[in-house]
Formats: sequence, C-alpha cells, structure tokens
Amino acid sequence: MGIHSITVTVNGAKERLDVPSNMTLLQMLRDKLGLTGTKNGCSAGECGACTVLVDGEPVNSCLMLAVEADGRQVTTVEGLAHDGQLSALQEAIIEHNAVQCGFCTPGMLISAHALLERAPRPTEQQIREALVGNLCRCTGYLRIIEAVQTAAKKGGA
Amino acid sequence: MLARPALPSFDYVRANNPDEVVRLLQEHGAAAKLLMGGTDLFVRMRDGVIRPQIVVDVKHLPGMRAIEYDEGAGLTVGAAVTMNQLARHPQVQTHYPLLAEAANSVASYQVRNRATLGGNLCNASPAADTAPAVLVLEGRLVLHNPQGEREVAARDFFTGPGQTAMRENEFLKAVRLPPPPEGSAGKYLKLGRNKVGDLSIVGVAVFAFPDGTKPSGYVFRIGLASVAPVPLRAWEAEEVLATHSPGEETFALAAEKAMEAATPIDDVRASAAYRKVMVRALTRRGLERVWEALE
Repeated sequence: MGIHSITVTVNGAKERLDVPSNMTLLQMLRDKLGLTGTKNGCSAGECGACTVLVDGEPVNSCLMLAVEADGRQVTTVEGLAHDGQLSALQEAIIEHNAVQCGFCTPGMLISAHALLERAPRPTEQQIREALVGNLCRCTGYLRIIEAVQTAAKKGGA
Repeated sequence: MLARPALPSFDYVRANNPDEVVRLLQEHGAAAKLLMGGTDLFVRMRDGVIRPQIVVDVKHLPGMRAIEYDEGAGLTVGAAVTMNQLARHPQVQTHYPLLAEAANSVASYQVRNRATLGGNLCNASPAADTAPAVLVLEGRLVLHNPQGEREVAARDFFTGPGQTAMRENEFLKAVRLPPPPEGSAGKYLKLGRNKVGDLSIVGVAVFAFPDGTKPSGYVFRIGLASVAPVPLRAWEAEEVLATHSPGEETFALAAEKAMEAATPIDDVRASAAYRKVMVRALTRRGLERVWEALE
C-alpha cells in the first residue's frame, strides 16, 4: 500500500507526515499527532463526533483521507482556545452546563464555531440545522443551543 | 478503538488528467473506484460492500469543482462540486433554486461540505436527493471516455439501484442544465424520519413554466425519489397537467397518477403502502405550491 508524504497545518503548526493511503484524517489526528479531542463515534458520517475544520469548513474527519489533507489547514477542538484562553463558545458551553458525558462536545464545538463564523447572529432554527450532523445521546441539545445563542450575543465564536 | 474497522488497504492515486483516469479504469476494472467526497465510498468500504485495490481521486481534475453559468448555454456543474458549494452559489440560487434546495436537503452541513453532485448521481441511490431536481430540470450528464466525451440525458442515466448508463471506462465530468424557461418555478418536498438530515422516505420535485403550445398552457414536470428502483419522472401525471387546466381537480388527478408511477418497497425507513400515499400527498402539495409561485 502506498505511503504519502504530506504537509498539513494543524492548529497553526505545520506538520510533515508520512501517511498510508487508507489512513483517515481522524486516525492521523488521534494516532499520529496525539490530538485525541476529536472523537471516533460511528465512522460513517452520521454522528459528527469526528468533526474538524478543513480550510475553515467543518467536515467529518472519519470520511476524509489523511492524504487528502495535504496542503490544507486543519483545526481541531484543541485549536479553539488561544493562549490558554477558552473561546466565547467554549465558555458558554461551560456556563450552560451543556456537557454531560462530553463525547459529542468537541464535534459540537467545531460545528457551532463554524456556524458563528458564517452567521454571527444565527436564529434558533439555523443553530438546530447547523448541528443536525452532531448527535448527542445524553440528549442535551437544548443547553447546547442556548450556549450557542449566548456565545453569539457575546460576540461570536 | 474504532467503532468500525479501519478502512481496508488500498492505493490512493490523485489523478491529474482525465486520460489517466480512463487508463486506470481500463487497467484495473472493478478494482478501481473513483473518489470525490468519499461520503458514500468510504462507508461502503468500511462495511465491506466494496474492496477496491486502487482509489482514484478525481476531484482535482480541471473543471471538476467549477460552476459556470451562461444565459444561452445554461449551467455547467463540475461533478466534484459539493452540495454546500452548489446550495450557496448566487447564480444557482437565482436561476436554479430547485437545485439549490435539493442540494441543501442532503444529510448534514459537514457531510454537504464533502458530498458532491456527481457522487450523488453516480451512486444512483433511488433516494438520491439531487436526482429528482436534475430529472425535472432536464439535466444532461457529461461522461468522459477513451473516445472523448458523450452526454446522457438524466432520464436515461439511472438503470437500477446503484446502476447507471455509465460504462466501465467512463466517468462523470459534469452535469449540464439548460437555461431555466421564462417564468419557471420549482419545489422539492422531502419527507424523512426527521425534519432535516435524514435520507428521504419520499422525495418529490415539481418544476413548471408557462408554455402556449400545451392545451393547459403549462408544462409541469414531476421527479420522484425513494419510491422505485431508480429516481424517475411521473410521465402520466405530467401528461394530465399538460392537457387539463391547472387547479384543484387536475392536481388531485395528477397526484393520483404520480402515486401509480411509484413502485416502492418496504424498508427500514417506511412501508411501501405509506410511501405510495405520501407520493400522492407530496405531489399534490408540490403542485399547489408551484402553482402559487407561477400565478
């Protein structure tokens, strides 16, 4: 099987990696780079636990190959905080107790972050639609939606 | 631990020109699979449904991710254009709102960032959300092959579940849609188990425009998904609408004909019987909405 030398920027840091053809972006992040914030849920693009930003847009990292990330910018949940300071959205998630088991949270944060980047003052409907690809099995959706609304009021992602 | 096994081994090749793709298809046959967004391909590979030895990434070929609109020629959408790219493109929104609506109804936002129009059509799922729209907009699929290029009308493209008119040594380069007729209106109604994000139980696209050569004064086209082995047009219903003056009675009769055109199966999402009556209900609703927009 082919091995590919790629250059990918992850959370602002340039990485040169050798990845096999069948390695997913998710496996690369977790197993090669130790960024275990991004979770593996369904491996089929249904649950959204593996959601990361590629060139600023959310994708399911379980359905993208590592080699396809060559030359791209990837942001994971670890990249949302800056200089030890949580983002407004992360603060809002804590404030609203919008975390129960926490498995869906990284993906939720990434999807909600991307929403606030493209629509800084989203309606509730827009929030619900933007998060439809992120499943929470503790059923804490309401608090997550409220947290996104709070983050929006405080000035965005 | 991965919830499902990792992807089985294969060789990834990023294709740089169309002839290279054709050569790889001829050399490897069914052992080669083409990759655009991967949202169907990788799921099937994980499930063991297919085991390609070589995966050819075709989305970087020239034109594959381009959307071009010309008043005379209409719209050309590269096969690897993503659903989100299509749904938010200003000229698609203005001239082909039905297509934008259908693209926007696919799965979730993050899946739509990867899922492509070409992939949706080539996978030929009976439930493909963009298929009814492309059918009623009378799209043509541009196939690249060793001889050059050929076009296939969308209505001739789907031949069975997962089956298309595409030959083994061909691949889809683009989808062409004619310019929208003057005064046209369209609507895609999708019934899923959830309001958004699900595969359809029934999908109905209605498209219509004034046409003085028809006894009714209008052309109505109806495309159906998830209710037959292939996405299809409801021809008899369309004939009713071309020959009877538009209104409640005509719409009811056409909806009945659309229901008769549907040959659904029972599956995990819904029963065949439910699907049939919902074809009738959604067709009627779609006709009413489009008629309101036309008037």
